[in-house]
Amino acid sequence: MSADFLYGIEVIINGLMAGVLYALVALGFVLIFKASGIFNFAQGVMALFSALTLVGIMEGQVPFAHLINAIFGTSIHHFGWTVPAVLAIILTIGVMVIFAWMVQKFLFRHLVGQPHIILFMATIGLAYFLEGVGDLMWGSSIKRLELGLPQGGSLAIENLTSGLGGDDFYGFFIDKLDIVATIVAILLVILLVAFSQFTKYGRAMRAVADDHQAALSVGISLNFIWVLVWSLAGFVALVAGVMWGAKSGVQFSLSLIALKALPVLMLGGFTSIPGAIVGGLIIGVGEKLFEYLVGPMVGGATENWFAYVLALVFLIFRPQGLLGERIIERV
Amino acid sequence: MKMKSLIAFALSSAFIATPAAADLVIPDLSYRTGPYAAGGTPFSDGYQDYFKLLNKRDGGIGGEQVRIVECETGFNTEKGVECYESTKGEGALVYQPLSTGMTYQLIPKATADGIPLFTMGYGRTSAENGAIFRNVFNFPVNYWDGASIAVKYLKDQHGGSLEGKKITLLYHNSGYGKEPIPTLEALAAKHGFKFKAIAVDHPGQEQKSQWLQIRRERPDNVLMWGWGVMNQVAIQEAANINYPMENFMGVWWSGAEIDVLPAGGASNGYKALNFSPIKDYPVLEEIKAMGDLTGDGSNVGSVIYNRGMLAAMLTSEAIAKAQEIHGVSEISAPQLRDGLEALSVTEARLVELGMGGISPEFSVSCQNHGGAGQAIVQQWDADAKVWKALTDYISSDQDVIAPLVKSDSEAYAAENKIEAGC
Repeated sequence: MSADFLYGIEVIINGLMAGVLYALVALGFVLIFKASGIFNFAQGVMALFSALTLVGIMEGQVPFAHLINAIFGTSIHHFGWTVPAVLAIILTIGVMVIFAWMVQKFLFRHLVGQPHIILFMATIGLAYFLEGVGDLMWGSSIKRLELGLPQGGSLAIENLTSGLGGDDFYGFFIDKLDIVATIVAILLVILLVAFSQFTKYGRAMRAVADDHQAALSVGISLNFIWVLVWSLAGFVALVAGVMWGAKSGVQFSLSLIALKALPVLMLGGFTSIPGAIVGGLIIGVGEKLFEYLVGPMVGGATENWFAYVLALVFLIFRPQGLLGERIIERV
Repeated sequence: MKMKSLIAFALSSAFIATPAAADLVIPDLSYRTGPYAAGGTPFSDGYQDYFKLLNKRDGGIGGEQVRIVECETGFNTEKGVECYESTKGEGALVYQPLSTGMTYQLIPKATADGIPLFTMGYGRTSAENGAIFRNVFNFPVNYWDGASIAVKYLKDQHGGSLEGKKITLLYHNSGYGKEPIPTLEALAAKHGFKFKAIAVDHPGQEQKSQWLQIRRERPDNVLMWGWGVMNQVAIQEAANINYPMENFMGVWWSGAEIDVLPAGGASNGYKALNFSPIKDYPVLEEIKAMGDLTGDGSNVGSVIYNRGMLAAMLTSEAIAKAQEIHGVSEISAPQLRDGLEALSVTEARLVELGMGGISPEFSVSCQNHGGAGQAIVQQWDADAKVWKALTDYISSDQDVIAPLVKSDSEAYAAENKIEAGC
């Protein structure tokens, strides 16, 4: 086999892996949109905030230290202890649940019955507010995420495949972190599907997603379900924040990973968990292949815009997305 | 009655808040929020802390207190221009926007307003031609110098010849990232190396395609013109593909502690250009002892903090020079322009300021607003978590750069109908 052909396959494999990472972000959007019809602009910032909180707890950082020191003239920054990763993850999930409760209690409860565009704008406000709170709580410096996640290309795969394409082929490069992310994403999807299919609260969540009024009429608490959904989205955001943060350190640009999820949602549909995964994979492979084949002819850096072109093409033929619910409105 | 009290209070507050007219007003177009905050914050901290030190220790500059007017840009060019417009009326003496994009937007505005722009090591490279860019100063070193210094260093590393070598530039797909490309193309023609440029789109969080390409093409060296998250991800990806870290070198905006720390031990050996070696400059102790630091003080002595401090020091020296030239302490922006143009930095003066070795010696002139055109190469020691200087100051190749500066600046002059001064 020629080296070029094998490198093409390598690009496809890496595109699939990148697609999984995009899908991780998109999942959070889907959960909230499916349950409440809200397009949550703050999902990327939630990933940032949860990752900041995780590192802050692990490092024993004092939240709002800068503010406390400015007000009281103190100079405290750390508690002097570190927290094991597992405990820190549990505590971070707790913080995201509290955040979900506060969002429901102080924001969306007051906006019940408002048009979707108002709710969308509320999430824009929420995104900027949360980014500011994250800065005040944990500071704006870049933090290293030390969860012991593997990094670097898999030498085993590289060695195993290096003889396939002659001297010009160096074996397939597959990042170990991407392999972990893929496994985590698969587990996450199984967990979410199992939760929504086989648990009481999962079924209640689906009932609310199908018809708010009907769900209310059978005694399902809308408030509780929305807190639950936002908590789940917070958990998904934490997973996405950890995976992306492991690549770059935890920093404020993490909030921009939401931009990677938008074409995935357009393509896969806003209401389908499998759609987010399939959409992520198509976008990942599509943009990487385009960059590999066409990028060198047009100066490169095509991925950001080509992902949207791909999504738009799908949108023309299937406006609800590949696996999204069909839009039927009675006139 | 209540309303009257309120108005009276508001008016009195306004008067109280109004500073003395004699203050030396220095706007700080900072970015402490957004995706580039990790780089913007230490620069701003260093910039402000040095002026605070002068105010506290020396009573200001020439008896005049320095007043910093901070305006948050979020590294957004439009916001940067808004900040310029909203602060210039306060009597702004000089702008340091810390963004090449903003610099390009501000050059015509600041020139029309007679306010100098000091774009230290960034911005429009050909602005070093002071005869055309009368109000813009980019000393002590610029991007084209940086590209030339990097190539000069690599030539030494390859035994004096780059013939047939492959050098790849990984660049931020913006005006800033594209700045060194013409110089590197000219240098490739001169030295016979194969040059390739690979773009990374903002913000640079995802670079898999770029590094797979580098893995396929196996360049002898990779240069990086990055900023923000692009740097951290690039260094991690280089480690992932086992690219030899000692063959990977960044410009000075890709060579801070924040760029290498997230990759941990994998970043060991990464190289970068810098304005000055990282060491314990005595002035840092004075700053720490001063108290009332900007920010939480954790950035003091870091690469970008020191650069902000250097920018403040050069600005304050230019202010002192302007006061000396014009015989007044309350200088205006055009007078500061004269001070910047007459600036001379000597090692003796740097030692006096507690910053011996932080900059090469250089003089600014009417023709040359670019200064020394020198930089050092430093290397990251991941175990000790310190940058170690590998070289002394290396000079750029003016045989290549001078004609490029001349043609670019003259094209700008022709386009904007500017008559060369000096």
